[in-house]
Amino acid sequence: MARFGMVIDTRKCVGCTDCVIACETENDVPNGFARDWIVQISNGKFPNAQVEILSERCNHCSDAPCVTTCPTGASHYHDIGGIVLVNHDECIGCKACIESCPYGARFVHPEGYVDKCTFCVHRVEEGLDPACVSVCPTHCMHFGDFDDPNSEVSKLLQSRKHHSLLPEAGTTPNIYYLT
Amino acid sequence: MLEITTTRHNHLIDPILHAWNWEIPVYLFLGGLVAGMMIISGYFLFKERVKEDNCSCFYLPMISFVLLSLGMSALFLDLEHKLFVWRLYTTFQITSPMSWGAWILILVYPALIANILIRPPKFIANKIPKLAEVSQKLIEHKWAVKNIGVVNMLLGGMVGMYTGILLSSLGARPLWSTSVLWLLFLISGLSGAAAFVHLIAKNVYERELLAKSDNAFLIIELFVIAMMIIGLVTSSKSHMAAAHLLLNGPFASVFWIFVIALGIVIPLYIQLLAVNHKIKHTPIAPIMVIIGGLILRFVIVAAGQHSHWF
Ligand code: SF4
Ligand code: SF4
Repeated sequence: MARFGMVIDTRKCVGCTDCVIACETENDVPNGFARDWIVQISNGKFPNAQVEILSERCNHCSDAPCVTTCPTGASHYHDIGGIVLVNHDECIGCKACIESCPYGARFVHPEGYVDKCTFCVHRVEEGLDPACVSVCPTHCMHFGDFDDPNSEVSKLLQSRKHHSLLPEAGTTPNIYYLT
Repeated sequence: MLEITTTRHNHLIDPILHAWNWEIPVYLFLGGLVAGMMIISGYFLFKERVKEDNCSCFYLPMISFVLLSLGMSALFLDLEHKLFVWRLYTTFQITSPMSWGAWILILVYPALIANILIRPPKFIANKIPKLAEVSQKLIEHKWAVKNIGVVNMLLGGMVGMYTGILLSSLGARPLWSTSVLWLLFLISGLSGAAAFVHLIAKNVYERELLAKSDNAFLIIELFVIAMMIIGLVTSSKSHMAAAHLLLNGPFASVFWIFVIALGIVIPLYIQLLAVNHKIKHTPIAPIMVIIGGLILRFVIVAAGQHSHWF
């Protein structure tokens, strides 16, 4: 079984928001909503100030609370790589999944169903990278299979210091940030 | 110094999560109230109080039926994809409390109807004369009445617990991820129902009994709230921050004034005086308890959505 995820190099990311725009264009994200977003964290005081820029989205968690709390099964793990998806025709818009996601990764689409990042599953099925990964001008994002020890993402995790977001929330996120 | 900026401004999510508005607290409140009424009327059936002509077990099920339907309507109003609501009943998701709740509620209606049939309200009985025969048959069979009582108590307990488990299963919200929330909502539902029956009961014995039980429920409720707060402040930083939302944060004034003081402590004091015959029974105390229960759901839902991991 594959386990798809991303590795993002915070030392290369400049926060240009190209990934955000690529996602909006690729996935027809409605105006005013975002499936991915940029977070900038400034720490410390000059001259010891540090800035970390993170491109964030749904973490396609392996223990996804949004999947376990969904009463209709609309939120589910896709057969390919455990990508977490929402089946629009099964979603009743109860928003339990929104409440259960510690990352705020989901939102209500104006058409009523709940929407979020799909890792561009339609592209992944054709062997392509998600749109955000493919447009990044600094090549700071990498997409791949963590279950394959020889994949680029696995090797990056072996060779560099990294962290994920809120691992203490117990969701086993599949996006890692290289520091 | 830690400064965060984000480009995300999703509606209902940012800057503070408020995906659930008034509908969910109202649904949880009415669900809890109905749960309490089912337990109380089930208990009266079990105790064979059907012999009493003015037993509240004759009208509580009808009131529960109406209140539950109002609660379900509030839940329906909250759904964003309303036309797909039937999807709840094409599957059973064992890990989802909401799925459990949807199926339990399907069982609750027949249990309430069975309870109503023991003595159907006049406006229904007049229209369907056959119901009188059913009612007569049921009353003749003590075991049937007792079993309807037991089933109502069991299902009432499940609904009461469910209203709390629904929230506490959402671990992303530290305020809700406490193992006593089900108990708090169950007890608060029982206390609200006891107050309601105390308010409307025609039978003096029942009124007195429920005033006394309500006092016990209110004392237990205070204890459970204390347990919940202690559990949160001795847990992780995120849980501590969640407790402070209620203790001295943005929800503190509503929590202390409307939930604790006006919703529990003051009515408890009034009812203690009343059951000890120092003052006459007053409808003010039970009304305060009922409103306090509603505000409790509002505060917990709103503050819970405010709380987050960091
Ligand atoms: S990030 Fe949120 S929406 Fe995505 S899989 Fe994890 S819990 Fe679900
Ligand atoms: S809003 Fe939709 S996807 Fe989310 S839990 Fe409810 S039914 Fe499932």
